[in-house]
Order: sequence, then structure tokens, then C-alpha cells
Amino acid sequence: MSLLLIAEHDHETIAPATFAVLTAAEKFSVPIHVIIMGSSCQKVTEEISFYENVEKVWIVENQALSHFIPENMVNTLLELAKGYKFILAPSTTFGKNLLPRLAALLDVAQISDVIEIQDQNKFVRPIYAGNALATVTSEDAIKVLTVRPTAFEKAKKGSLKAPIELYPFVPPSIRGLTFVKKEESSAERPELTNASIVVSGGRGLQSKDNFALIEDLADLLGAAIGASRAAVDAGFVPNDYQVGQTGKVVAPTLYIAVGISGAIQHLAGMKESKVIVAINKDPDAPIFQVADYGIVGDLFTILPELTAKMKTVMKN
Amino acid sequence: MKILVAVKRVIDYSIKVHVKSDGSGIDFSGVKMSINPFDEIAIEEAVRLKEKGIASEIVAVSIGEKTCQESLRTALALGADRAIHVETSFETQPLCVAKALKALVERENPRLVILGKQAIDDDCNQTGQMLAALLSWPQGTFVSRLNVKEDEIEVVREIDGGLETLKMSLPAVVTTDLRLNEPRYATLPNIMKAKQKPFEILGEDVLGIDLKPHLKTLCVAEPPKRQAGIKVTTVDELIDKLQNEAKVI
Repeated sequence: MSLLLIAEHDHETIAPATFAVLTAAEKFSVPIHVIIMGSSCQKVTEEISFYENVEKVWIVENQALSHFIPENMVNTLLELAKGYKFILAPSTTFGKNLLPRLAALLDVAQISDVIEIQDQNKFVRPIYAGNALATVTSEDAIKVLTVRPTAFEKAKKGSLKAPIELYPFVPPSIRGLTFVKKEESSAERPELTNASIVVSGGRGLQSKDNFALIEDLADLLGAAIGASRAAVDAGFVPNDYQVGQTGKVVAPTLYIAVGISGAIQHLAGMKESKVIVAINKDPDAPIFQVADYGIVGDLFTILPELTAKMKTVMKN
Repeated sequence: MKILVAVKRVIDYSIKVHVKSDGSGIDFSGVKMSINPFDEIAIEEAVRLKEKGIASEIVAVSIGEKTCQESLRTALALGADRAIHVETSFETQPLCVAKALKALVERENPRLVILGKQAIDDDCNQTGQMLAALLSWPQGTFVSRLNVKEDEIEVVREIDGGLETLKMSLPAVVTTDLRLNEPRYATLPNIMKAKQKPFEILGEDVLGIDLKPHLKTLCVAEPPKRQAGIKVTTVDELIDKLQNEAKVI
């Protein structure tokens, strides 16, 4: 009757989303086992083994797992999964890519992007880009869930170390799949979905060059940079900056929306933020309906002033 | 090369959905329906491959109620050669759809299946991955660039914090991300021409699969509304509020 949590990591550290899933896992009130898969996992296995409520850590190491390609992971997971009643992973691109593949092989449905666990078989998940919340139940023997990381606090590190056990790698049934490369969009700034502060720009920025104003404030605050779909479509910033329905869902402590009108699609991706600040020249922009603090005016005067004055504040 | 494209009919992306007052689901009455935007991108990509001489035939398929046929007509107007509708009154859930698509793949033998990464109604993001699993094919998910060579494809995937490039041998399943392409509009002559294209309608029993949903929706509710805050007039006031009231900096 245990729960298996598939950890996301990069061989150096455990992805913060994993700790949010761990908190979600605790709601099931069953023993929690974590599985770490990769090519060299000693360090991350040690890290997760000290977290509260982790009863056991499985470690599976193989060169074929170095890039977390689902086709290379599922056969091992399929063997292990048969002993579990609940299987959880974060609803990051890692979990979204992997878990449906596993669920299909187990012949069970997957419940995507869970934001609340009411009991062992009652889950709340957003549909229609968060414009409605559905409470669902599954008739399958094994419940497979991806969990929205921003909906749960991150679990705390404990003092006890959970036992670590090796699990054998089961070779994949699919061949002819090769990893070519990975391009990271920005190594200096925090990842958008993990950042505690996000500064986002929209069409109001008017050009790619003007996005430097957003960068200045973001770098000062140690924030991640986000953007509306309009700004991405206009080519001001790369695709993976997009916050919203079809982009990333974020819930930072502070979200600063600059020159973003607040289309439903954008609000769906950021309205769970703790504090929202909006800077926009249009006093009727929908963004002000969700903002805690709004300031109406020209972003090209307000934004540099804000950055300059923040600099003084940060110094003190 | 034959390409299979799967489309789902959903409430148009520009419509603000309303929850029925009894909490039983979404109100569909009088609401504009469209092809799922990610599936439109899938059709466009297939059509471009045909225009480049890489694809020989595009088969558009949809599983669901009779009204899905309108979406398939649109797919034909956009450039698909044939359409297959699997008619069912069941709510279409990813695992069952994946099983139906697998049966269609075995019937049609395409080398490539392209579908949207998620439908904007249930936001599941599962069907492509599940289909690939059931077929034992490789999957290229959340793809923003697709390069088809003779016997393999190279895909650029949008992942958290960047891009990942993979190569995989065909046959394969590809799911589209938003920026793979910009779909064209159906022109009037093409809409007319689409009426002449082959259109097949199958009952769910023909495929010999069980489309009964595994998940049950107990209730649907509006999300809690966020209260609008206050407007400040100066940057100093904003900083003061963030420091002393919200205490976030």
C-alpha cells in the first residue's frame, strides 16, 4: 500500500518541484518510497534520503538514464510500479513527458496537474487553464498522478536518513533514440517556476531592446524573467519565458507584471502568486483586477525609477 | 510517407468558460467550438511536410461525438487528404483515446503521428505519450522544431529552462508545442474542396476497444476569485507597501 515518488534531479541537486510532490505525497498517509534514476546518482540520493517522511530511496543507475529519456526509464519503473498503489511525479516537463508513458503501460488513467488531495481517491485539478476546478476520482487500482509543484509547500529536511536500496535497470524496448543536446536559456537567473520573485514583461515593452529594463530590475531582485504570450510572439524574448495557459504556471512570492494587460491566458499562469504588482498605462487593464498593488502610468518612466529606488532599498 | 494527425474539438480558446450552477460541469450551451489550437499546429506541420514532398498522405482522425466531424472538415480544408471519425458518446479521456488511435495506426500504418501536446479543455497532456507507449514507438513531446529525414526525425523540445534536441528513428509520435509553426486559415475554395474529400465514420465497436472512461468527475467548481487590491500613485508608495505591508522585499 505504499507510494512511489519519481524524483526529478539533474545529478547535482534534487529539483525543488520534487519537494513539493513530497508534501503532496504525505497527504496519502502511506509509506513514501522515492526512486532516483540517472547515470550517477549518489549525491542526489543522499540529499533526498534525509527528507522527512521518506521511508526508502530506490536508486537505479545506468548510462542510458543520463538524460532522463522516458523510453529508457519506463521498463524499470513498470517492474517496480507493480508493488505500489500510488505513483507521483511533478507536473514539470520531466513528469509530463514520463508519467503518461508509464500509466499507459500499466493500463491506468493518469490524473494530471493535481493541486489538492482530498483523500486517497479524490483529487482536485484545474481544467480550462484554471478557469474551473474539477474534483476527480479514479477507478483504477493504481493511481498515477502528476502534482503541480506550486500548489504545495516544499517538504522539510529531517535528521534521520532513510535506507537506500539499489534496484536493477531494466533495458528499454525502444532503440534508435539519441540525445543530441540541451540548451539552457539562462544559467545566471533562477528557473522561472522555482523563483521566489518573477518580473514579467508584455507587449507594452514594445521591443526586444526595451526588455533590458525588465532584466535590470530582475537581476537586482534576483528574480526570474517572465513574459506574456504577446511579448513572446513578438520575438522580444525566448519561448520558455512565457507565463500562462500554454506556457509556465508560476506562483512566486512576488510577481511584477510590467506592460501586461492581463489576458485570461496570462492570468491562468500567475494568479496564484502571493503578491502581484501591476504597472500599466491603461487603468482599465484586467491585470489590475488581480493585482494587490497597481500603478497606472508609463512603464518607461516608472520602471527605471523603481529599479533605481530599489537599488537604494536593497543597499540598506 | 503517410502521416496521421489527431484532432480534438474543444471550446474555442477565446471563450471564457462558465461552470454550471449545479457544479456538474462546464456549460456548453451556445458556446463556439473549434479545433484544439495545438492540434491545428499538428495539422499545419503535416501540411508543410506534404508541401515539401516529404509526406505523401495526411489522414486526420478524431474521436468523440458526431459534432467532431465539423473539426475534421476543417482539417480537410486546411490540407488533410482524408478524415476518419470514430464516433462515441463517452467522454473522451486520454488513455481510451490513445487506445483508439493505436487501433487506427494499426489500420492505416502511418510512419509519423502528430498531435497537440495537450487539449485546452481538460489540459491533460497525456495522449501522445500514451499512444507512443502503447505502440512501443519513440516520442518527441512539446516539439518546437521538427526535421524529418529519411528514416529518422530530429526534434527540438521545449523543456523547463531551455531546449532539448533528440533524434529518433521512425515510426514515431510527435506532440506539438505552441511555436512549432503558425497555422494557416482555411480559404473558401479549400473549404468547398474539402467537401469532396474521403470521409469515413466508424463506430467504436469497429475498433474493438473499450472507450469507457477510467476517471469520474465528481464536481466542477469556479476557482476562488482573487480580490483586486489598491492602486498606488508613486513608486515610493509602491516600495513602501512592498516593504512594510506585504513584506516581500
